[in-house]
Amino acid sequence: MLGGFQVLDTIILLFFFILLMVLVTKYAWGPVMDMMKKREDHIRNEIEEAERNRAQAEQASKEAEERLRNSKLEAQQIIDDAKTQGQKQEQDIIQAAKEEAERIKQQAQEEIRNEKEKALQQLQDQVASLSVLIAGKLLEKEISAQDQDRLIAEYIKEVGEER
Amino acid sequence: MNETSAPIIEGLFGIPWLSVNLANVLMIIVTFIVVLVLSILGARNLQMKPTGVQVVMEMILDFVKGIINDTMDWKTGRLFLPLAITLFLFILVGNTLGVITTIIVNDQVWWTSPTADPVITLTLSTTIILLSHYYGLKLRGTKHYFKSYITPVWYLFPIKLVEEFANTLTLGLRLFGNIFAGGVLLTLLVQLTKSGILGFIGGAVPFIVWQGFSIFIGAIQAFIFTMLSMVYISHKVSDH
Repeated sequence: MLGGFQVLDTIILLFFFILLMVLVTKYAWGPVMDMMKKREDHIRNEIEEAERNRAQAEQASKEAEERLRNSKLEAQQIIDDAKTQGQKQEQDIIQAAKEEAERIKQQAQEEIRNEKEKALQQLQDQVASLSVLIAGKLLEKEISAQDQDRLIAEYIKEVGEER
Repeated sequence: MNETSAPIIEGLFGIPWLSVNLANVLMIIVTFIVVLVLSILGARNLQMKPTGVQVVMEMILDFVKGIINDTMDWKTGRLFLPLAITLFLFILVGNTLGVITTIIVNDQVWWTSPTADPVITLTLSTTIILLSHYYGLKLRGTKHYFKSYITPVWYLFPIKLVEEFANTLTLGLRLFGNIFAGGVLLTLLVQLTKSGILGFIGGAVPFIVWQGFSIFIGAIQAFIFTMLSMVYISHKVSDH
């Protein structure tokens, strides 16, 4: 068993060993290594994506918080505005009512004045015709229109002075 | 105990120095086929989520990667991954084949570990050492290669020269010795079991124990051979 050195054994061993190396590398360990590399890459990508997602989530949560705070502030602002506006409106309404009342009062006074004047005017007219009538009846005498007008004027003057 | 011999044919094709051990040829081809078939079967149906055989394949790959990473950095080491993994599997399967059984026909050993023959192991170790020189020259440059023989001091040159041959011999003969001795002991135990009832009882139990131990030795030797191969290569291709 230990005898001699077989040259052909060496050649055959080297041939099969190199052939085996080429074949298993190409058909077995190459693919296994590729798969392991692929998995490594996949895991790295997944981790990166998870980190990115977490950062995004944090960002989103921060934004949501910010928005919530803004909304609260805005709501408070709206309430305050509404209150202010309400108070202003109240003031306005009261003011308008006062003004309206004042206006109505003035109008009424104006009307009263007008009415009074009108009544006075009517009274004057009536008094004039009445006095003419009375004078005519009393005098039983026709007077000229010129005299009549003069008489009326005098009478009115008298009435006006008396008043 | 009958003397066994190897089926050696001398003077093949009329050439006086060309001889061949047919048992070795047979076992080389058997080992080749077993490693090839197991590897390709294991690499079938690869998936992103590894299951079953794929896990074992990846464990072996990581194991051999670990051997290389222990001796050199991965940048140069990846070059030797196919060599290391083929060496490891070839020697592991070769060692195991002889432990499983030994077939002797007409007092000629036909089926045994291919690694139980010094021609095989020395061929492997010589190839490794020659490869280490080749890659040392290729990757580190001629100047660095020759300088490594006289570092740290010039008078270490003879020792360095002897080291190369010593490495070749020890690397090959360590593997041969371990596997051959394991085979011899198994053969002796088989002889003992054939000697009678008492012999069978006395031989069977140690035989099974020694077979288990031989598988362990075979795995360890495959690991050591691959490890030392990578160490010798790294001495040539690395800085230190």
